[in-house]
Amino acid sequence: MKRKVYLDHNATTPLHPEVKKAMTEAMEAFGNPSSMHSFGRQAHRLVDDARERISSFIGGRPEDIVFVGSGSEANNTVFNLLYCTAKRCEAPHTKRHQVITSQIEHPCILEAAGCLAERGIEVIYLPVDKYGKIDIAKYEGLVSEKTALVSVMMANNEIGTIQDIKTIGSIAHKHGALFHTDAIQAVGKIPVDVRGLGVDYLSLSAHKIYGPKGVGALYVSPGVPFCPFIRGGHQERGRRAGTENTTGIAGFGKAIEMRAKEMDSESNKLLSLKARLKAGIEKNIKDIEFNGHPVDSLPGTLNVSFDASEGEAILLYLDLEGIAVSTGSACASGSLDPSHVLIATGVPAEQAHGSIRISMGRDNTEEEIDYAVEKLAFVIGKIRNMSTVGRSAHGKKD
Amino acid sequence: MEKRTEWVYSDKVKDHFINPRNVLGDEAEYNADGKGTVGNIKCGDEMIVAIKVDKANGTIADCRWKTYGCASAIASTSILSEVVKGKTLDFAYHITAKDIAKELGGLPEHKVHCSVLGHKALRAAIDDYYKRNGMTDKVEEEKSHLICQCMNVTDIEIEHAVLEGARTYLELQERTKLGTVCGQCKDKAIELLEEYKERHFNQEDETCRSK
Repeated sequence: MKRKVYLDHNATTPLHPEVKKAMTEAMEAFGNPSSMHSFGRQAHRLVDDARERISSFIGGRPEDIVFVGSGSEANNTVFNLLYCTAKRCEAPHTKRHQVITSQIEHPCILEAAGCLAERGIEVIYLPVDKYGKIDIAKYEGLVSEKTALVSVMMANNEIGTIQDIKTIGSIAHKHGALFHTDAIQAVGKIPVDVRGLGVDYLSLSAHKIYGPKGVGALYVSPGVPFCPFIRGGHQERGRRAGTENTTGIAGFGKAIEMRAKEMDSESNKLLSLKARLKAGIEKNIKDIEFNGHPVDSLPGTLNVSFDASEGEAILLYLDLEGIAVSTGSACASGSLDPSHVLIATGVPAEQAHGSIRISMGRDNTEEEIDYAVEKLAFVIGKIRNMSTVGRSAHGKKD
Repeated sequence: MEKRTEWVYSDKVKDHFINPRNVLGDEAEYNADGKGTVGNIKCGDEMIVAIKVDKANGTIADCRWKTYGCASAIASTSILSEVVKGKTLDFAYHITAKDIAKELGGLPEHKVHCSVLGHKALRAAIDDYYKRNGMTDKVEEEKSHLICQCMNVTDIEIEHAVLEGARTYLELQERTKLGTVCGQCKDKAIELLEEYKERHFNQEDETCRSK
């Protein structure tokens, strides 16, 4: 059997064994949570339990959690509630025609913001520094009484950089703007407290933290505007129509319960694995560059650029060795554009094309990291041997 | 629709990806009779092809390559380097991306540009050989103009794409990959697209056409 090492946890994670067990059990509760009979009540209880676990984990009230179909849906819900002009819309119609987000958001935020821009809303994309941190001074100069919403991600999926959400949110509030954070890569990996942070909306997802795919949640702070993205039912207190994904939600609840137990110790383990991985790469491979913030970063995420090597080739050669990573170079996805996140941090295009993201998780071991380093050194050597970019070119780069 | 995994792991692509043939080692040592470079690492793809020519027979004696590129660029150029050995310069000059894709057992559309690089670099290498040997009359490239810098697409290729059925800018992009990186060539490309459509597919009854 070929050895398999999974190092792509920011893409998705395997189910935690406890989550799998909870979901298998939840599958028996087939009733519609909205039904008043015992079958319905049984399913309803599962949904309520999960809601309580999640809200207490992030510091909110159960009624502030809206279950949705994915993290992307949570993000889109926020961008769609602002400028609804329907009479039935519960959100007060804002006269502020400006939204501020950042250049390094997930595509679902960038696309949703793009749609607003095409509807005549001014959208500002905040720049970041070379570590991927929002330039707070620049942001302060841009936010004003014209701003309706500020949306900045808590932790970046590609480079792992963590933002100072509390400061960014309080500046938004100072100007009367609403504040949303996409915390899909953050919740369950680093401590998140919605009240302490003062966020109005916060998006989270189950499958990044050993829960199932197809279920996410949006935290909505009490009293802030809301307009359902999906209408037609009283589920989720009228905030998200559609019969609840009971099994998925039960799995989400269990995943969060396990995070509460395991996050701190796992985070220490991941930090030490990352240090080992970094040291291993530095020792065995020349002409590399680490991307992202050296300290304020997700514990298990490491983004690294290799000179003279193209990202997709690295990914596929590693795959042949059983190692799964991902690449910011989008060649594999059909577009040739290098990662918008790396470009925003000022990484030159040719370096961005040669970058990979290694994201570790709870099952990874030191031995697996050593194996990955060994194979990575082999693969980079092989690629550089047939690269048009000469080894001497590196010296000239700076 | 093809799946990504299928091309990556088709036996032939995998074989050439794992064991690339005819990789160019030290360039000076190889002392090529002709060398061509296309692409740009800023665009994420660069290819060098070097050839040795059997001058008596006008055939390619040896073909070597190097790339900064993805898996299909590696595999397709490796295959190309085997295919052209012993073939006449004229044959090699007219190998198309389609021929290479066929040899690979088909490529998904979004991977076609990767194999395009190999044959373009080969053509540039043959041009280089022609120029070094006073055979400039054989160089077809000189008559063409580079329109898209990033994807290395010329007006001749735009014309071919139109002849093969591209009618809109999007279709033109699908076929040639032009304008898919920096996009600066868009206006010029649309102008040419309209010109070639007019030249090759002009309808007789002008009044019926909505402009």
